[in-house]
Amino acid sequence: MSGRVDSGMAGGSVVTKIVIYGLLLFFALLFLTPLFVMLVTSFKSLDEIRDGNMLALPQNFTIEPWLKAWGTACIGLTCGGIKGYFGNSIEMVVPAVTISTLLGALNGYVLTKWRFPGHKMVFALMLFACFIPFQAVLIPVARVLGLVGLSGTVGGLIVVHVIYGLGFTTLFFRNYYEAFPSELVRAAMIDGAGFWQIFWRILLPASGPIIIVTVIFQFTNIWNDFLFGSSFTASESVPMTVALNNLVNTSTGVKEYNVDMAAAIIAALPTLFVYVVAGRYFVRGLMAGAVKG
Amino acid sequence: MSTTALESAAARRAQAGWRDRLQDWLPRIVLAPSFAIILLFVYGFILWTVYLSFTKSKMMPVYKLAGFDSYERLFAQPSWYMALGNIAIFGILYVGICIALGLLLAILLDQKIRGEGVLRPIYLYPMAVSFIVTGTAWKWFLNPGTGLEKTMQDWGWTSFHFDWLVNTDMAIYTIVIAGVWQAAGFCMAMFLAGLRGIDGEIMKAAQIDGASTYATYRRIVIPALRPVFLSAFIVLTHMAIKSYDLVIALTGGGPGNSTELPSTFMYSYTFTRNQMGVGASSAVIMLMTVAAIIVPYLYSELKEPVR
Repeated sequence: MSGRVDSGMAGGSVVTKIVIYGLLLFFALLFLTPLFVMLVTSFKSLDEIRDGNMLALPQNFTIEPWLKAWGTACIGLTCGGIKGYFGNSIEMVVPAVTISTLLGALNGYVLTKWRFPGHKMVFALMLFACFIPFQAVLIPVARVLGLVGLSGTVGGLIVVHVIYGLGFTTLFFRNYYEAFPSELVRAAMIDGAGFWQIFWRILLPASGPIIIVTVIFQFTNIWNDFLFGSSFTASESVPMTVALNNLVNTSTGVKEYNVDMAAAIIAALPTLFVYVVAGRYFVRGLMAGAVKG
Repeated sequence: MSTTALESAAARRAQAGWRDRLQDWLPRIVLAPSFAIILLFVYGFILWTVYLSFTKSKMMPVYKLAGFDSYERLFAQPSWYMALGNIAIFGILYVGICIALGLLLAILLDQKIRGEGVLRPIYLYPMAVSFIVTGTAWKWFLNPGTGLEKTMQDWGWTSFHFDWLVNTDMAIYTIVIAGVWQAAGFCMAMFLAGLRGIDGEIMKAAQIDGASTYATYRRIVIPALRPVFLSAFIVLTHMAIKSYDLVIALTGGGPGNSTELPSTFMYSYTFTRNQMGVGASSAVIMLMTVAAIIVPYLYSELKEPVR
C-alpha cells in the first residue's frame, strides 16, 4: 500500500508469527467484546439476561427491546421512545455540518490563496479555538442563548456547533488548499477570473476528498456531542446522546438492560455506518485534526 | 466628441478601480464574519468567564468584582482536590496506556500481516462511537451483578471479584479502561502512519549490519517516531482534560464523588449547585492547563516553514 521496502520480520520464525497473530487476535477480541455483548443483550428478554451468561447468544431471539427503545420506552416523563430525539439529532446535525463545512472551505480558500498581512495570526487564533475546553465558554453561551431566546432549542444547538466547529473546518480546508497549486489560481486570475469564479470553478471541484473528510469529522463530533446538548437544551429538544443517558439513568421501575443496549446501538448506528462506509476518510480526518502542518 | 470619449474612459477606469478595490477587499470581507465570530464567541467568552471567576456569582452572574474569593473557595473544596487527583491518575494512565498499546498494535500490524485490512478497523471503530454509548456499554459490562463478575462466576470461578465500578477506590480505573478502549485504536492509526513513513532502506541496512529486530526498533524506529509520540501525547492529554461524557455515562462521578473530574466539577458547581463563581474559576484553571500544553505545540507547528 505504501510502497516502502519492508524489511520487517517477514522471514521470522513460525513461533514469532504465532505470537504476532495471537496478540493481534487477542486484542481484536478485546475490542469487539463490548459491541458483541451489547448486540446479544439487546436481543434477549429480561429473564434471559438475569439468568443467563452475558456472552451467550440469545436463546429466544426477540426484537421487542429494539421496538421498545425506538417507540415506547420512557425517558423522563414521556414514553415515546428515542425516535423523537433521534430526529432532533438529525435536525441539528444536517444544518450544522453543512454551514460549518461551507464556511470552513471559504476561510481556507482566503487563508491560502488570498493572503493578506496578518493571515498567520488569524489562522493561529482560529486554530487555538479548536482546542479550548468548552467549559471555558459554557456559562456565557448559556447566558447569550437565553438572551436571544434560543436556549432549549435545536436552533440554538445548531448555532453553537457551527461556531465551535469553525476552527476545525477552517484547519482542514486551509491545509488542503495549501497544497493546491497556486499557479492554477494565478493563471485563472490573469485570464480575468474573480474571487468567486476561482472558488466555484477551480478550487471547489477539486475539493471532493477534503469535503468528505470534513463532513465526516463534523458529523461524528456533532452527533456524539453531549456537553452542549445537556447544557443548552431541555426535555423535548435534547439530542440523541442526552436522551440515551437519561434513558439509562431513569431510576423508576425495573432496569431494562436490553432496551438500554438497543437504544445505545441505535445512537451509535449513524456514526458506525459512516465509519464502515468511509473509514478511510474517517481516519484521515482524525489525523488531520491531530497533525497540523 | 473627443472629450466625451475621454470622459467615458475615465469613468470606466474609475469604475474598474472601484471594482478592483472591492476585489482586493472581498477575501477579507468573506473571512471577516468567521473571524469575528471566533473572536467574540471564543476569546470574548473566555474573558467573560475569567471575569466571572473574579466575582461572587451564584445562580445568576453578578458583575461586582470580589478578587480571588472564588479561587479561594475553589481550593477549599475537598471535591476539587478529588477532581485534581483523579485527572492526574486518569490522564497519566490514559495517555500512557493508549500510547503503549497503540505503538504495540501498530508495530505488530506492520509485520506484513495477512488480514491487516480486517484487523485495523476493529481496533479503531470505538473512536466512531459516542462516549455516552461507550459508557453505557461498559457500565453494563463492568456491573458486578450482571457483567464480567457474574460471567466468570457462572463459568465456575466462584471466587472471582471485580467490583471496581462500585468501589470508591477503584472506580476511576474503570474510566481509564473504557477510555483506553475508545482511543487506543486512534493511537495505533497514528503510529502506523508514522511507521509507514520510515524509510525501509534504513531498517534493511541496520539488519544487514547484524542488528537484532529489537535493537532495530529501539535504536532506529522508535526514535524516528518522535513527532508521532508528541502529537499523540498532545491530542490525548487534551482529550483527557476535556473528558466529561464518559464519566457521566459510566459512573456519574460516583460512587460518592470518587470519579469527579475537573470537567464534571465545573458543570455541577455551575449548573446544579449554583456556585457560578467557583465553576468559572475551575473552568479558567482547566483552560490554563490546556493552553500550557497546546500553545507551545501550535507555536512550534506554525513556525515551521511553509512547504
